[in-house]
Amino acid sequence: MDNLLSIITFIPAVAAGILALFLRGEDAAAQRNAKWLALLATTATFLVSLFVLVGFDPANTDFQFVEEFDWILGLKYKMGVDGISVLFVMLTTFLMPITIAACWEVETRVKEYMIAFLMLETLMLGVFCALDLVLFYLFFEAGLIPMFLIIGIWGGKERIYAAFKFFLYTFLGSVLMLVAMIMMYWDAGTTDIPSLLAHTFGSESFSILGVHVVGGLQTMLWLAFFASFAVKMPMWPVHTWLPDAHVQAPTAGSVVLAAILLKMGGYGFLRFSLPMFPIASDLLAPLVFWMSAIAIVYTSLVALAQSDMKKLIAYSSVAHMGYVTMGIFTANQQGIDGAIFQMLSHGFISGALFLCVGVIYDRMHTREIDAYGGLVNRMPAYAMIFMFFTMANVGLPGTSGFIGEFLVLMGIFQVNTWVAVVATTGVILSAAYALWLYRRVVMGELLKEALKSITDMTKREKAIFAPLVAMTLLLGIYPALVTDIIGPSVSALITDYHAAIPASAEAQLAQH
Amino acid sequence: MATIILLAPLVGALICGFGWRIIGERAGQVIATGLVFLAAFLSWIIFLGFDGETYKVVLLRWIESGSLATEWAIRIDRLTAIMLVVVNSVSALVHLYSFGYMAHDDNWTDREHYRARFFAYLSFFTFAMLTLVTSDNLVQMFFGWEGVGVASYLLIGFYYKKPSANAAAIKAFVVNRVGDFGFALGIFALFYLTDSIRFDDVFAAAPTLETTNITFLWAEWNAANLIGVLLFIGAMGKSAQLFLHTWLPDAMEGPTPVSALIHAATMVTAGVFLVCRMSPVFEFAPDAKTMIVVVGATTAFFAATVGLVQNDIKRVIAYSTCSQLGYMFVAAGVGVYSVAMFHLFTHAFFKAMLFLGAGSVIHATHHEQDMRNYGGLRKKIPYTFAAMMIGTLAITGVGIPLTHYGFAGFLSKDAVIESAYVGSHYAFWLLVVAAGMTSFYSWRLMFMTFYGQNRAGTVGHGHGHGHDTGHGHDDHHHEPHESPVVMLIPLGVLALGAMFSGMIWYNVFFGEEAKVRNWFGLEAAAHGEAAPHDEAKAEGDAGHSAAPAEGAAATTEAAPAEGHAAPAADHAAATDPAAAEEAVDEDHHAFEPPKGAIYIGPDNHVLHEAHLVPKWVKVSPFVAMVLGFALAWLFYIKNPSLPGRLAANQRPLYLFLLNKWYFDELYDWIFVRPAKWLGRFLWKQGDGAVIDGSINGVALGIIPFFTRLAGRAQSGYMFHYAFAMVLGIVVLITWMTLTSGN
Repeated sequence: MDNLLSIITFIPAVAAGILALFLRGEDAAAQRNAKWLALLATTATFLVSLFVLVGFDPANTDFQFVEEFDWILGLKYKMGVDGISVLFVMLTTFLMPITIAACWEVETRVKEYMIAFLMLETLMLGVFCALDLVLFYLFFEAGLIPMFLIIGIWGGKERIYAAFKFFLYTFLGSVLMLVAMIMMYWDAGTTDIPSLLAHTFGSESFSILGVHVVGGLQTMLWLAFFASFAVKMPMWPVHTWLPDAHVQAPTAGSVVLAAILLKMGGYGFLRFSLPMFPIASDLLAPLVFWMSAIAIVYTSLVALAQSDMKKLIAYSSVAHMGYVTMGIFTANQQGIDGAIFQMLSHGFISGALFLCVGVIYDRMHTREIDAYGGLVNRMPAYAMIFMFFTMANVGLPGTSGFIGEFLVLMGIFQVNTWVAVVATTGVILSAAYALWLYRRVVMGELLKEALKSITDMTKREKAIFAPLVAMTLLLGIYPALVTDIIGPSVSALITDYHAAIPASAEAQLAQH
Repeated sequence: MATIILLAPLVGALICGFGWRIIGERAGQVIATGLVFLAAFLSWIIFLGFDGETYKVVLLRWIESGSLATEWAIRIDRLTAIMLVVVNSVSALVHLYSFGYMAHDDNWTDREHYRARFFAYLSFFTFAMLTLVTSDNLVQMFFGWEGVGVASYLLIGFYYKKPSANAAAIKAFVVNRVGDFGFALGIFALFYLTDSIRFDDVFAAAPTLETTNITFLWAEWNAANLIGVLLFIGAMGKSAQLFLHTWLPDAMEGPTPVSALIHAATMVTAGVFLVCRMSPVFEFAPDAKTMIVVVGATTAFFAATVGLVQNDIKRVIAYSTCSQLGYMFVAAGVGVYSVAMFHLFTHAFFKAMLFLGAGSVIHATHHEQDMRNYGGLRKKIPYTFAAMMIGTLAITGVGIPLTHYGFAGFLSKDAVIESAYVGSHYAFWLLVVAAGMTSFYSWRLMFMTFYGQNRAGTVGHGHGHGHDTGHGHDDHHHEPHESPVVMLIPLGVLALGAMFSGMIWYNVFFGEEAKVRNWFGLEAAAHGEAAPHDEAKAEGDAGHSAAPAEGAAATTEAAPAEGHAAPAADHAAATDPAAAEEAVDEDHHAFEPPKGAIYIGPDNHVLHEAHLVPKWVKVSPFVAMVLGFALAWLFYIKNPSLPGRLAANQRPLYLFLLNKWYFDELYDWIFVRPAKWLGRFLWKQGDGAVIDGSINGVALGIIPFFTRLAGRAQSGYMFHYAFAMVLGIVVLITWMTLTSGN
């Protein structure tokens, strides 16, 4: 099993290939076969990925399951995981079967839909496993295409606008990253990520076009990567593509987008920005802090004003990602542990919330909050599950949502109390918008004529939610499952980070 | 045993909440109730048998990150033992009471199963409250803290069909979150400074906090004071203290048993418990303590004034609760944590009983809550009347002045007021006046409800402030009827508590200092020998042989007062961190947590001095009580037209009080509306005009171009674009590898 990572990465691609080549017809039987094959493939991927988890040695902070060989055009194919990436791999493989099950009711172009999701899974797994710059870029960019198609073909009324907005935003950011990668190759002479992690990029200040750049090359590279990852996260003020994309995307698309695709930005910060450009990170951390803090308050307030359920949850996602970016650049154990935890937890919770919207969207075909009200009277099971994830979303202790937020805030408090206070107001605002949404949709008398015959969740729908509920609770009560795995790697990352920053810069930081 | 106490209500909640479909609703209720009774029984065993020695049970690992390590753990000490008894006893009785109260409810049709849900919520609340009080670290406490918040949210919004109940539920949760915001920041600050959030570590490091400064926001602060203030903000939210009190009266939308359990006896006292639990920190935070005293005393006064004019029976009691919580905070703030716990303890009995009594009245009058529609119920519901009378005697503080014979409230409230006299004259006077008002509104409630003529249906619902149900008027003409036995038994048990709990436990909470210290597991006081024993002996002779801990107290009473003044002197000298470390080296005690459940600083003699206050101080609350009673009698028995005329004469003042000092309106204008407006503004202008319009205008300019290119937006085109993208990426990568290869 030397190439376990390649196996899990390409099982979905192979399944997609089989679908594309061998499945013919648009009849019900063909549709059913496509769905079952996709479910089978994603489930198999998950089961195989469990071997990675079991075989992973948390105490070893180096890359594990490494595979390496030459590829076309002198490029190298290199895969591997460490404590930071392994759980993102698991998150992806865990969520994909759920996503496939969530689009069971789709009837248009089912085969293509399944191919899109399967390819997407391959590309996402590739991003988290790639240990070569070019390979990473390839996966990172190519991942846009299936998502672009999912929104653009299976989306809502404004899908074309949303799809292009999504694509252009993320793509323009990525072009800068590509330029930065070329510069890195020139500087370090390799595209091998472990080697780049060991390489020290120049940080002597210089001037270009009359602008004095403090931190020199590191700052330039950092900013280029930042452009890409900040859009992906998304951070304020480049977040506006997300609500549009979410609103137009089909339910399953929203789930993948919120639960996994956004995490690529956070993963990128952890894999590249922080360890490769520590001096620039240290220099620019306040910028990130304030952008994150503003994001939390700003998007929470905007969420209060929404009348579309999906938009509200999308804005809530932006606020939650604010905690992530903030936590990463605190560069202390609590902050980074919290950021990673928050990303994983958000994967379950936001995924589940979009599924919650999907449940009633499938029945009523509207996302307008005003179209609902009093659902608890006919949908008690739905009301309970929605309540659970609403509470998880507001960070109730005992759910996974709490741990991430709490650790991040604990981390940021040690660095900057102003930011900590501003960010902590998020816990008040999130309660306000989340409960306000819940009240308008679920509580009250059931008065609207259209809702009088609405039915509660089916067995299939309950089965989709069950694993998400279980994970949210499990991680909330026993977070050591995660922190045991990420802890040593994060700790090593922090040690290297602080070793790379000159003592003078450290002292300066302490004074802030 | 502690583990069983903690988990029994959780198991009950799960069985009742999820299992009732299988085992039946009734069986679910019975199991939930039985398990809480089991927990209550075991709690009493722990409470009566507790020897003052703190012990811990670790259940499971929890959050671990770097130097942060927390566990799910149970800590049993005197504070926990007290709270266990309070929480489980009241909860068990409320469960029992709810069998009767929730048996029929006009908010639901026959086919709707609401009872199991109600019992499951109650049990879940009990579990959350128990994790709060048994916690061994601040984060687990925060879990319980928010857990009870959720349970409260669910129970206030229990009648989810009513918009007012839903609004009240959200308000309660969000306002509590404002408090939690402070609490969370307090935890972060403590971790930042002491590198731990375990009580033992924090308490051990507490003396160094006094000499540490921390940069927080715009200024340097004394660490102990800052942490104290932040934690107290949390306590203010949960315990409905001034500025964060607005949720509590609205919380009366919940069913009445909920009000008794959560919004009178247990959850709202969590703030007081927090301050007492963190006493080792607060003892080093004089400014924070001053703030507690001022806020507590002002709340006690403010809430009492509002209580004077409310017409809804539950709201009167709600404001009364708010006011009594203020008393507890004053006691904690002046440094006599044992008295704060004493008042918490007795208050739990008599206030829970007043609420359950009110529930019985409401039940009897078919969900009428406006006192103007009551009157003359004394004959119709005699048992309820008797219970309410005992509760009123207890809360107003009836007893024999200058002795220790009286109802529970007499002993605990006077203890608070005497302590306040030592600590702060501002608080003392406000509390005495508040005591007078307490007496007035309590007797007003009694007279309006049980005396005079029956006035059923005289005032329409439009004047009320929110009711349990949306009932028709015709119900008023039903005869009031006494409640079933399952509702009367809890009333009877609580009545016993309201009568005797003060006298039985007076000595250990507020008696001779050595006894109090021993009971709470503290080491004997360093200044013990300075205390004149004649006064203390007089207290002891008051004869409370029933006090269970007294025997234990007597055996170790003579524990030698070791020279603990020495470390204190060292700390005083330690003004910079280096010196503090030296002090630590000299005296290893500094890094050991103080023994016992609470901590009384070496310079804190309030408990001792409170016994030495002048006689007029000791009598003053009694006088205030009598005045309040006389006034209420004059207004509502002797001359019932007087209140109306007074309200007409003093209309602005009356409206000011009736509208609760206009806090709700003020907050609506300052916070709620601007937040909504700002949200809309940021969305339309910020996201829409500025970000989409200009910053990213370049990028967005292209989007419509592409959109047009896509023509009628046929899906088929999408594949072409996708293909173009793949091609583009391949070209880019090829170019990149070729150029970089050179």
